[in-house]
Amino acid sequence: MNVRSAIHLVSLGLALAFAAAQPAAAADTIDPAVDAKAFQKYFTDKFPKVKLEDFVNGPYSMNEDMHRQWEEKEEFPPYEFSLDMGKEMFAKPFKNGKSYADCFANGGIGVRQNYPYFDEKEGKVITLELALNRCREANGEPPFSYVKDEMAALTAYMAFTSRGKPFDIKIPNDPRALEAFETGKQYFYTRRGQLNFSCASCHVQNPGERIRAEILAPALGILNAMPIYRSEWGGMGTISRRFTTCNVQTRSVPLDPQSDEYRDLEYYLSYVSNGLPISGPGARP
Amino acid sequence: MSMIHSKASISMLALMAALLGAGASPALGAASEDDFKAAYAAAVDANKQAAQLRDQWTVTATALAGAKKAADAGDFDKAVAESKEAEALAKASVFQATSEKDAWKAMEIH
Amino acid sequence: MASTIRVRATATGDTTEVQALIQHPMDSGFVKDAQGQLIPPHFIQQLTFECNGKAVFVADWGTAVSKDPYVKFSFKGGNKGDDLKISWVDNKGASDTTTAKIS
Repeated sequence: MNVRSAIHLVSLGLALAFAAAQPAAAADTIDPAVDAKAFQKYFTDKFPKVKLEDFVNGPYSMNEDMHRQWEEKEEFPPYEFSLDMGKEMFAKPFKNGKSYADCFANGGIGVRQNYPYFDEKEGKVITLELALNRCREANGEPPFSYVKDEMAALTAYMAFTSRGKPFDIKIPNDPRALEAFETGKQYFYTRRGQLNFSCASCHVQNPGERIRAEILAPALGILNAMPIYRSEWGGMGTISRRFTTCNVQTRSVPLDPQSDEYRDLEYYLSYVSNGLPISGPGARP
Repeated sequence: MSMIHSKASISMLALMAALLGAGASPALGAASEDDFKAAYAAAVDANKQAAQLRDQWTVTATALAGAKKAADAGDFDKAVAESKEAEALAKASVFQATSEKDAWKAMEIH
Repeated sequence: MASTIRVRATATGDTTEVQALIQHPMDSGFVKDAQGQLIPPHFIQQLTFECNGKAVFVADWGTAVSKDPYVKFSFKGGNKGDDLKISWVDNKGASDTTTAKIS
């Protein structure tokens, strides 16, 4: 094997050695409320000048110059075309005469902040993207790709109708729901890919720092602005798209969109940002 | 990346030396198609383990593809070398997934 | 089909600030698709802003401008209620135009 792979293995070993030196945490009870409190405190302590609700702006909350750019961008957001498309798509009935409004509470308007939720009948986490495709399939329509424009436009519109509403994710007192939260948390902190990064490597350890030319967003509030128009993508992208591309960027083979791990990850990240406002759709560099 | 105490350093260096040594292939006779098939199968096997642990690396897939391409072109020396590289990468990904089962807690915000 | 041009023009004193967002692929001709085929160039060649029939901003664009271009500029003159006409023509001969009032 070559030197590069060996070096990566060594860094893995270092991480392991470091972990072994830590006192074992009494992690027998899963307490999402305690986790969320600690999570929010970590970021507000780290960035005392940033208001809690501003964390939803990601990199723009980390940097004066970028904040000014964001304010200008908000005057004429690049996601307008996708948002309009989403509004049209949402209103258009299926071939059977029903529409998306029939699948959601309040006709799907102003409900984005409640997703993902834990479905106790199914015993799994249901995300907004998943719910939209299930709605389509239940009404005889083919599902959309989770990583392409149509799903992005639909979720952009639904997010827009919830703008300003605080994330209100519920974790029922069901061991399976707690397990899903814990799995999501574990995914978030687990290193993967040849580059040996976890989500936390960038978004907990280095928010506000640069990775190549980009400024890293804090993990707090990171899903509030989704879906996002990324200049890098030249278009709108869903949460699924971001999860899979982030994986690829760490040289990890992505899981299928809406895999259990991704759903649980979305559950965890949304819950720990409870109370922060939905700001989607967003725009990012 | 934080510094680690010397005891871990030494064992890590030993590990690194072992890994580098493991990769050294005898530069004697040219590799045969059978050599390639064996090396490739070993790599695919290790990569399957990584898949079960939900932690395959993209570079492993690239190395496997490269190995196959070289074998198709009849260059079995290269094919074997790439297969061994793929196997090493796959094994590293398995090591990562296994150690991360506990190591992740070190990153957690408390 | 909605217009490809979004525009906002505000007059303050004797200066009018214009912002426009135009929907266009702006393909450079250098990018390959998933099948490895080059996507042919498809970009706006000329963009014109006219106030009361007089051109106040003309852009000759090429392949360096990226998708869904955003333009912001100011010009002297222009009063509240004046017409601002925006039109573009691309290398395939397609075009679009819209008129907005300066507010």
